Amino acid sequence: MTNSISYSQTFFNVLLRDLKVAIRNKGDVLNPLVFFVIVITLFPLAIGSDPQVLTRIAPGVIWVAALLSALLSLERLFKNDHSDGSLEQMLLSPQPLFIMVLAKVIAHWLLTGIPIIVIAPLLAVLLHLEQDAYGALMLTLLLGTPVLSFIGAIGVALTVGIRKGGVLLSLLVLPLYIPVLIFATGAIETAALGMPYNGHLAIIAALLVGTLTLTPFAIGAALRVSTN
Amino acid sequence: MSNALLSAKALTCIREERILFDQLSIDIMPGDLIQIEGPNGAGKTSLLRILAGLSRPYDGDVQYAGRSIERERGPYYENLLYLGHLVGVKDELSAQENLEFNLQLHGEQCPDIEQALANVKLSGFEDALASHLSAGQNRRIALARLWQTSAKIWILDEPFTAIDKGGINEIEHLFLKHIDNGGAVVFTSHQDLVIGRERLKRITLDYNFY
Repeated sequence: MTNSISYSQTFFNVLLRDLKVAIRNKGDVLNPLVFFVIVITLFPLAIGSDPQVLTRIAPGVIWVAALLSALLSLERLFKNDHSDGSLEQMLLSPQPLFIMVLAKVIAHWLLTGIPIIVIAPLLAVLLHLEQDAYGALMLTLLLGTPVLSFIGAIGVALTVGIRKGGVLLSLLVLPLYIPVLIFATGAIETAALGMPYNGHLAIIAALLVGTLTLTPFAIGAALRVSTN
Repeated sequence: MSNALLSAKALTCIREERILFDQLSIDIMPGDLIQIEGPNGAGKTSLLRILAGLSRPYDGDVQYAGRSIERERGPYYENLLYLGHLVGVKDELSAQENLEFNLQLHGEQCPDIEQALANVKLSGFEDALASHLSAGQNRRIALARLWQTSAKIWILDEPFTAIDKGGINEIEHLFLKHIDNGGAVVFTSHQDLVIGRERLKRITLDYNFY
């Protein structure tokens, strides 16, 4: 009877459940996206509409906004599951924890990363991003936002037992986001100059592969520690 | 000794500089019905969480099939059903979705989910969101797993909270059936069992000052 379901079955069960829960809780999904849009629209208003200045700051602004909106949405990842006990049930499942954690983080990315990637080119128009840089913007977001979800999940897993973990979470997680930020904005600026940006992309891709394969174990271990 | 389902060896638990229990050893045998008693704050929940492997004891070891559960969780968790204070029912999902997910998570098959919900008097509420159901009904969604599981060891923290008298009676009957089949039940409750009292073993934790 037991243990007759496969790893992939477990993965999809958890993934679908998380998507279902999030879709029924629309505010949680829309909140980070609205935040992303608002932050970016505030910049032209505050700095002025000089196209040259905006072109100069566009990559940084878009990426910092993406980073902060990822941080804003992170807490949802394990907090609700912790407060209603379903996290405990996951820890007590005979299935390997890293599969479930992987499914949860990917669900989080599908709900927060994808909407940002879709809407980013529209906001880039608003900031007069260089024509040649759109490809780089999309590629860096595509490779970089999952890294944000994976690294952030470690921080959330460590702080999930703490009632006011928000400040601690940003202290833990933001420094770890810096490499992604540097290489992503670097790639976009290089692309805007019409130069090849493969090197930057390769490093972000390496970060993605590294976090994708290693962080689920770290997140699982962190969850066991913080429910102790 | 050797046929104990689960054995706790010399457990010590310290919370906030207070020793909750010291060198506590329990062997849980097939057919055991164990009620953990004690005043609030005596460490009942801590003990259950340590037995389930959710918390780590300050000292001592919990062994399943002769091996420490921290080394090998998989085989133990295939044979364990733990329900804590928080039962793991999500507000955003319907009764049926909650039960299905919780069963799948633990690798339990359920051919007839409607019957499983009918066992806990939730027929007609299959598609109602858990947030629209009462506290007792929410617990019943979680308790529905008791009828479906093949796990031998049940660890239940206050399973009767918010359950009506009829429901408690059914669960008590289920406990007896489970221990007759070679299972074991460890639970905490502030109320006494009505039936099966003669088979009940008690472990009393005192509120100690050292």
